[in-house]
Amino acid sequence: IHFILLFSRQGKLRLQKWYTTLPDKEKKKIIREIIQIVLSRNQKTSSFVDWKDLKLVYKRYASLYFCCAIEDQDNELLTLEVVHRYVELLDRYFGNVCELDIIFNFEKAYFILDEFIIGGEVQETSKRSAVKAIEDSDMLQETVEEYMNKPAF
Amino acid sequence: MPAPIRLRELIRTIRTARTQAEEREMIQKECAAIRSSFREEDNTYRCRNVAKLLYMHMLGYPAHFGQLECLKLIASQKFTDKRIGYLGAMLLLDERQDVHLLMTNCIKNDLNHSTQYVQGLALCTLGCMGSSEMCRDLAGEVEKLLKTSNSYLRKKAALCAVHVIRKVPELMEMFLPATKNLLNEKNHGVLHTSVVLLTEMCERSPDMLAHFRKVRQLSSSQLVPQLVRILKNLIMSGYSPEHDVSGISDPFLQVRILRLLRILGRNDDDSSEAMNDILAQVATNTETSKNVGNAILYETVLTIMDIKSESGLRVLAINILGRFLLNNDKNIRYVALTSLLKTVQTDHNAVQRHRSTIVDCLKDLDVSIKRRAMELSFALVNGNNVRGMMKELLYFLDSCEPEFKADCASGIFLAAEKYAPSKRWHIDTIMRVLTTAGSYVRDDAVPNLIQLITNSVEMHAYTVQRLYKAILGDYSQQPLVQVASWCIGEYGDLLVSGQCEEEEPIQVTEDEVLDILESVLISNMSASVTRGYALTAIMKLSTRFTCTVNRIKKVVSIYGSSIDVELQQRAVEYNALFKKYDHMRPALLERMPVMEKITTNGPTEIVQTNGETEPAVLETKPPPSGLQPASQANDLLDLLGGSDITPVIPTAPTSKPASAGGELLDLLGDLNLTGSPVSAPAPQIAQPPFLLDGLSSQPLFNDIAAGIPSITAYNKNGLKIDFTFERSNTNPSVTVITIQASNSTELDMTDFVFQAAVPKTFQLQLLSPSSSVIPAFNSGTITQVIKVLNPQKQQLRMRIKLTYNHKGSAMQDLAEVNNFPPQSWQ
Repeated sequence: IHFILLFSRQGKLRLQKWYTTLPDKEKKKIIREIIQIVLSRNQKTSSFVDWKDLKLVYKRYASLYFCCAIEDQDNELLTLEVVHRYVELLDRYFGNVCELDIIFNFEKAYFILDEFIIGGEVQETSKRSAVKAIEDSDMLQETVEEYMNKPAF
Repeated sequence: MPAPIRLRELIRTIRTARTQAEEREMIQKECAAIRSSFREEDNTYRCRNVAKLLYMHMLGYPAHFGQLECLKLIASQKFTDKRIGYLGAMLLLDERQDVHLLMTNCIKNDLNHSTQYVQGLALCTLGCMGSSEMCRDLAGEVEKLLKTSNSYLRKKAALCAVHVIRKVPELMEMFLPATKNLLNEKNHGVLHTSVVLLTEMCERSPDMLAHFRKVRQLSSSQLVPQLVRILKNLIMSGYSPEHDVSGISDPFLQVRILRLLRILGRNDDDSSEAMNDILAQVATNTETSKNVGNAILYETVLTIMDIKSESGLRVLAINILGRFLLNNDKNIRYVALTSLLKTVQTDHNAVQRHRSTIVDCLKDLDVSIKRRAMELSFALVNGNNVRGMMKELLYFLDSCEPEFKADCASGIFLAAEKYAPSKRWHIDTIMRVLTTAGSYVRDDAVPNLIQLITNSVEMHAYTVQRLYKAILGDYSQQPLVQVASWCIGEYGDLLVSGQCEEEEPIQVTEDEVLDILESVLISNMSASVTRGYALTAIMKLSTRFTCTVNRIKKVVSIYGSSIDVELQQRAVEYNALFKKYDHMRPALLERMPVMEKITTNGPTEIVQTNGETEPAVLETKPPPSGLQPASQANDLLDLLGGSDITPVIPTAPTSKPASAGGELLDLLGDLNLTGSPVSAPAPQIAQPPFLLDGLSSQPLFNDIAAGIPSITAYNKNGLKIDFTFERSNTNPSVTVITIQASNSTELDMTDFVFQAAVPKTFQLQLLSPSSSVIPAFNSGTITQVIKVLNPQKQQLRMRIKLTYNHKGSAMQDLAEVNNFPPQSWQ
């Protein structure tokens, strides 16, 4: 996977994860372009779009579009499953996740993604394990008191 | 200073902004606060501030001033800090930033941290965006972690290793030992990432691939059997809630294993054989009701098609694809078409079975599906189904999006050429394409079409009639008009004489024909190139039409002052033809001979500039004598590397002999060609000024150099061949020889072919003969022109070969001609 984008139906970006290096300007341009392409597709079309030398796989969940860019030899149908799995993880963590959850807790959304995918490849196929890792990490986060009292370095 | 507002607070506030400007204002205010907080080196709130910064970054605002802060957070002891710090690093600190490398030490420390989650953060960050230098520095640490027993870390280390290998392929070797035991794990996460790692290694290095195929590890299990075993377990094992997706156990792992098997089995019989069974099992047992199952089947099909599988398995795979095609789910159809496209070359017959379904997909609404269906359809056209397929494809051409039309048109032409069941059908198909998608037809299609038409001699009348009718109504589609103009120019006489056999002949007068050509000339829609075609066509008609020659003369003279340089030049030269060289006009504007089809490339390909003409080089097919001036011009331009000045019409490629190098020089030097009336090459026109400055102002034809005696080159068995000579004024190295072959016997000589060869230092060009039959009793002759280039002014010698049929038997003779008069070469 080269990158993952989450955006709303109005075209607002909710999450961007890049697994390749590109200049900022380039990224912005790509985001604009892809949002436009995906939002203009109607219901009757397939979930796959040929774009440059990559394939875009997108799926809509409620008001959010999840879009992945994969290479030529990657399996598109499986990528749909990857997207679905991510949504399931979010759902498990947040409990009936909705767009607002992702907006207000975007950093958690990133953490969950990072427990699922590293470097563009899936690292954990068990839902239980992935969510458990996040929850354990959350526990590690200091409480406000602990935070204030702990030395920084 | 009051505590900076919390993240959620900020988000809420920003979302209340009603306009972009309001939002920008809020953001700017907050950024200023954050900046001053950073300046104060406040440890307590750094984390919160960076988090806010990241949010603003996502909205599209600049956040680079937070980069160093991220570094500080990463270095902090507090887990909360580290978490945000690493997130910030992944978002803001990609390898293009200067401070990127500063992370290296922190990451290194954290890779060895006591808490696995910290180690996990470090591995994740390194694996997502580590630069090559960082990877080089830290590869050792990663390798260590790859061998740990902690599966949480092991799986992350494996993917980190994948990233390292992608960035620094030379380090691949380093991870090899650690891969030995990777597949012995039970943990699916580790298994999955290990398979990814192995895949990456095998894809990148053929050595690795060989290694993994063959090596016997300590536990004496090879890789392929091991993978097969794991896959089998997945399929056979019962329900496992942890990894289950719609009743299938860990589809992610299954697919990855299948992919690795594909790479291992490719071009390798042993490996392929070892996996045949499991592939069959997966292919038949997997549930297809949900996307998951289909994802696995898809990967299985790809694998079966790529390895050396047995034919039964291949048929199974194609049938699966066939079923996919019938599936209602568009994604599945899309995927099926893509795979079929890949396999159509190798398993053509199997794919043919699904032809009708594929053709149906042409009508799908999805653009990508349509495109694949179109490509697949072209691949499936063969002699048997061409009529039906073409009907569908023409219908598709009619209704498809513009972006497809060019490709579709080209595809149809190709297919038609290969499989046309009859000439008439072929021409009809071409006509249909030209009229439906005329403006999308590629430029190179026009000369190809013209050549095709020339070659279908018996269809000329029919073709020209249909083309005429087509442009009568609408002459805006340029390629159509170009082809039509050319044909009318060539076959206009057939048109007015109403000779058409294939369909009802129409009554057309010469004036009507000229009307349409003139409208093309005048029309604003016509491109310059098209106008050129039209003008030339009108000119050609001057020899084919009888009543309207004056009108033609008038038209031609009008365009002598056209603004368009190309048209003007043509008109001026045609004018000259009328005035000074009227005796040559019929010959020059004679019907084009059937053209040889050589390669699909234009004249540039054909010309070789080597000057070697050893005696062994015999000219077999002389080039057609470029009767249309435009073709010569085009050849010249192409020969000289193509200039982009005037868009010269690319007419059909002329076949050039191997010693075409001479031709280049000939054309350059010998523009002012003398010519015997019959087969003189046409005058050069429309030359870009820089190439031929000074020459264009010269008269088109030279005065015939007088005074060189002619010789009898050959006289045997009743066949006599005389040579007459002319020298060019402008280029003294060129000698133009006109041969006349006569027959004093009582029977005709047929299929006469004259071939000549000259020594190395000369170059030769043979133009087309006037005919191939020498009538008996000296009642007629064959004339042919040879141009010889003699830059070194050596004595001219020539070896000739004659072949002909006489008195029912084939005759052949070789002779040497040595009696060239000195004036012909000195």
